[in-house]
Amino acid sequence: MTTQTPLLEMKDVKISFTSSTGVVEAVRGIDMTIYPGQSVAIVGESGSGKSTAAMSILGLLPGTGKVTGGQILFNGEDITGLNDKEMQKYRGSEIGLVPQDPMSNLNPVWRVGTQVAESLRANNVVKGSAVGDRVAELLEEAGLPDAQRRARQYPHEYSGGMRQRALIAIGLAARPKLLIADEPTSALDVTVQKRILDHLEGLTEELGTAVLFITHDLGLAAERAEHLVVMHRGRIVESGPSLQILRDPQHPYTRRLVKAAPSLASARIQSALAAGVESTELVAHGREGKQEEVIRVENLTKIFGENKAVDDVSFTVRKGTTLALVGESGSGKSTVANMVLNLLDPTSGKVFYKGTDLSTLSNKELFDMRRKMQVVFQNPYGSLDPMFSIYRCIEEPLALHGVGSRKEREARVAELLDMVAMPRSAMRRFPNELSGGQRQRIAIARALALRPEVLVLDEAVSALDVLVQNQIIRLLAELQEELDLSYLFITHDLAVVRQTADDIVVMKQGAIVEQGTSDEVFADPKEEYTRDLINSVPGLNIELGTGENLGLVE
Amino acid sequence: MPDINRNVANPAGEDDILAESKLQLRPGQDHYIAETDETGLGAVDAVADESAPSSMWGEAWRNLRRRPLFWVSALLILVAVLMSLFPQLFTSIDPRACTLSNSLADPQPGHPFGFDRQGCDIYARTIYGARASVAVGILTTALVVLIGTAIGALAGFFGGILDTLLSRLTDIFFAIPLVLAAIVVMQMFKDYRTILTVVLVLGLFGWTNIARITRGAVMSVKNEEYVTAARALGASRMKILSSHIMPNAAAPIIVYATVALGTFIVAEATLSFLGIGLPPTIVSWGGDISAAQASLRTKPMVLFYPAMALALTVLSFIMLGDVVRDALDPKARKR
Amino acid sequence: MLRYIGRRLLQMIPVFFGATLLIYALVFLMPGDPVQALGGDRGLSEAARARIEAEYNLDKPFIVQYLLYLKGILTLDFGTTFSGQPVADVMARAFPVTIKLAVMALVFEAFFGIIFGVIAGVRRGGIFDSTVLVMSLIVIAVPSFVIGFVLQFLVGVKWGILPVTVGSRETFTALLMPAVVLGAVSFAYVLRLTRQSVSENLRADYVRTARAKGLSGGQVMSRHVLRNSLIPVATFLGADLGALMGGAIVTEGIFAINGVGGTIYQAIIKGEPTTVVSFTTVLVIVYIVANLVVDLIYAVLDPRIRYA
Repeated sequence: MTTQTPLLEMKDVKISFTSSTGVVEAVRGIDMTIYPGQSVAIVGESGSGKSTAAMSILGLLPGTGKVTGGQILFNGEDITGLNDKEMQKYRGSEIGLVPQDPMSNLNPVWRVGTQVAESLRANNVVKGSAVGDRVAELLEEAGLPDAQRRARQYPHEYSGGMRQRALIAIGLAARPKLLIADEPTSALDVTVQKRILDHLEGLTEELGTAVLFITHDLGLAAERAEHLVVMHRGRIVESGPSLQILRDPQHPYTRRLVKAAPSLASARIQSALAAGVESTELVAHGREGKQEEVIRVENLTKIFGENKAVDDVSFTVRKGTTLALVGESGSGKSTVANMVLNLLDPTSGKVFYKGTDLSTLSNKELFDMRRKMQVVFQNPYGSLDPMFSIYRCIEEPLALHGVGSRKEREARVAELLDMVAMPRSAMRRFPNELSGGQRQRIAIARALALRPEVLVLDEAVSALDVLVQNQIIRLLAELQEELDLSYLFITHDLAVVRQTADDIVVMKQGAIVEQGTSDEVFADPKEEYTRDLINSVPGLNIELGTGENLGLVE
Repeated sequence: MPDINRNVANPAGEDDILAESKLQLRPGQDHYIAETDETGLGAVDAVADESAPSSMWGEAWRNLRRRPLFWVSALLILVAVLMSLFPQLFTSIDPRACTLSNSLADPQPGHPFGFDRQGCDIYARTIYGARASVAVGILTTALVVLIGTAIGALAGFFGGILDTLLSRLTDIFFAIPLVLAAIVVMQMFKDYRTILTVVLVLGLFGWTNIARITRGAVMSVKNEEYVTAARALGASRMKILSSHIMPNAAAPIIVYATVALGTFIVAEATLSFLGIGLPPTIVSWGGDISAAQASLRTKPMVLFYPAMALALTVLSFIMLGDVVRDALDPKARKR
Repeated sequence: MLRYIGRRLLQMIPVFFGATLLIYALVFLMPGDPVQALGGDRGLSEAARARIEAEYNLDKPFIVQYLLYLKGILTLDFGTTFSGQPVADVMARAFPVTIKLAVMALVFEAFFGIIFGVIAGVRRGGIFDSTVLVMSLIVIAVPSFVIGFVLQFLVGVKWGILPVTVGSRETFTALLMPAVVLGAVSFAYVLRLTRQSVSENLRADYVRTARAKGLSGGQVMSRHVLRNSLIPVATFLGADLGALMGGAIVTEGIFAINGVGGTIYQAIIKGEPTTVVSFTTVLVIVYIVANLVVDLIYAVLDPRIRYA
């Protein structure tokens, strides 16, 4: 294979933002090369500077962002710090963008077809009359059937996956040589994600487009990119062939990431199991002996108007174990959780707590029941009242249920903060001062205040960065052992499930598709949908070894 | 690499990627590893313990403190309030001591603003006039906030029929022009015109905006996850409304109320101009401006002073509202 | 779309009844003895009083009077004043000039408010922005009649550019100053709203996507930023028409315009309930119609609403 001239070169690029408090360096000197037709991924957590670096290529830095050092060369031409007018030549026709959030990236008042046509016209791709047909062709190419009709619709009439395809059509409309894909599928269901990424891969291979993926998902990066760049706090810590890095990371930060990423952990767990080796990454193991029932759900159904959100669902949660309720959007899993928590009344069916039918309880008894079952929600930025100090947040359940005197409650709050590994001084702080992971710890502390036996974790770790997510998962596992808690884990992330769940229930459009122990379902998925779901997790199927070299195996 | 039996199919590109990695790596893409000390690895997710705790209000206050416009408006408001509470601090002249022989006389020592048509000292009247305007402003705003937040909160929180009823009620009051209704009612109270009647009139027809804003704020807060969390803890609806929803909905209400205060002062002046505001026995800027119409061509300064005082007071409240809104802007807050 | 408009229409019906009832009740409570006024300065005999009362339905209970009045409205019979003039005639004379005035004010506030607002929004934090912001605050803070006086004095009397008062010469030039005074406060609101809207939309994600396509700055501005920013402004302007007409009292007073405001004011002072109620009812109808038109405009501009 001959060496070619690089398509994109970034040499010691530095980017800063100016705010009222001073200058912040978001990117501190990075070097990167992309060759024609190649796929490269930049991986990092939030704040790593990956999106900033990518946007600087197009000259689309937000707000006060500026490239303050280094060079960006495209096809040998220096495009660093070109003004808007000069950049227009490159945008769309040479370098394309597929942005992250499909809803906010499409103008709600224009038809989708019009927005695709804009790209064609701005880059003089086709003559006036041919535009309409070309738009339909492009939409179809991106995977949207019935393209002529779809082109005349508005973005809010599309589903999330369809909007992303529309954005892909727009990005590739003028056949750029380089396509920048900024977290192109993170807002989508995992099966949709796989289909779209496969499609994108096919398209770009056919067209010879180079793709630069920005992602936080290591598995995705491994699957879709040959070259990997790992960023942390504005610098590149490691870069090279993606598989090599993921099998054998050298830099301490990369090692942390690789060890913590759930999809990679799951891949390693599978390998270890198959090799008959004991993997320490399996958080939930050895609990086949626990058979006592704590929550039982029988024929639970919920109908909203004409929509059957939950259809005859039954399962049992064993005491001291974790049951994962897995499904994509519209599967009804959250609705089931709300009914278990008695935040929603079922249309039919029953929920039993230790044999007691919840629907037979009086209001007072239900109020007392709340002490046994608590919940931790997904959005750390929404589940704590910004007006409440951390102390008040955790104290609220104690106050509501009249537990203990003022002094006793203070002591309990301090105890809870210890339990979730937060400093006691955090009591005086407010939610807006804490990070996402820290807020989730507070949410967990609040949920544990009344000494519940069951915790419902509604996508509780889905919104967190990989390393933080890993910390919280380990914390939850410790607490489960210590306090003999039972978890009902609602999630769409199968990779996390592999590590943490004893039992799995797979839901689709309100009904149960498959259920069994975690080992059973992963080793031998019986239903096609389950197989689909497992195969769609990016990185789950990559051969990464058992994790021996990372010290993860006994 | 051990050969593993797999139950799931290999994705297509994997073999190619494996093959490629065995080839020579291209320039700029060899396996690069950064120096550890270069990249400053910290503990994951440490809590910053050095700074003092700060709530949303605390942050807003710090933001506010730094804005010169805040201090300017706060100062003006302070002066206006002082003038209305303790006019004696500013002048010893009786605003009602008027001698016709001084009618429209020019400024003299001890009488910096001159005299109006009735022969009253303009400076004294400007000082004493603050009371009426500030009182009307504050009392009306209090009344309007009381009525409007109650209606808006109930409509927004409970929804359903209550919302429909209250929203239609709001629409009905909205449909009637404020000045018109004020004229009609003031005419009714022809013989009982006091500050309180003016406050009542303006308040009775001026609550609709606050009601709408409150309703909107409550409806958006109602859907926040911390409200669901409170329900899951077992909190009753009233508890949720009072401890979670209202404090979080307060911000837009406060901003609007501050600006509204200013507009109510202007409204009172407008009523006086139309002859149906405060009676001439009460010293008010609106009344003085109205009376100064007749002398506009000859002595425009008679109009100028009360008008200036009014405008500055109103301006200070509106500026304060603007500045507070910017300080409370969630996009400007960290995180 | 039709369902949306239909629903809004349905909501406006109770508003119509409620508002007219409220005004009717308020006016009904107005002091003054209309019968006495009709009878003139001489005393009235019992028989004469009874006759007048029967003629004007003043002897019937309040609710009946209200319903009779409503029936009249629906048949376009607005009753008569106590001097025998059909209120409809009074309206025909007063409304046209106020409508002209309100429309001119609307055009003024829309044109200048939007242009200044866009420039301020684009160059947020610049000199133009700061100047314009301060200016808008002053306009809101200074009562409109003061602005009216000052302008009248300077432009009319001192410099003699425009006519000082309007009276019966309801020409475009004569109405120019009053229109500016009437529209001044709304101009400030339009400016601030446009500025806020533009500044927010400039930072929107879809604007970044538009730029990434290679669109020129001007195209991004017109097709994306302005198009979206003007939606809330358009709805404000639509609703403002009714407010302008109802709030013209002060301006009409200063510039001696024989419009709706002046007529209502006289009618209130003189104790002519029929006139007051009729005029107000028409204003309420204008308000309701304007709101419906605004809803229509909103649905046209924002496709998401059409399916709500």
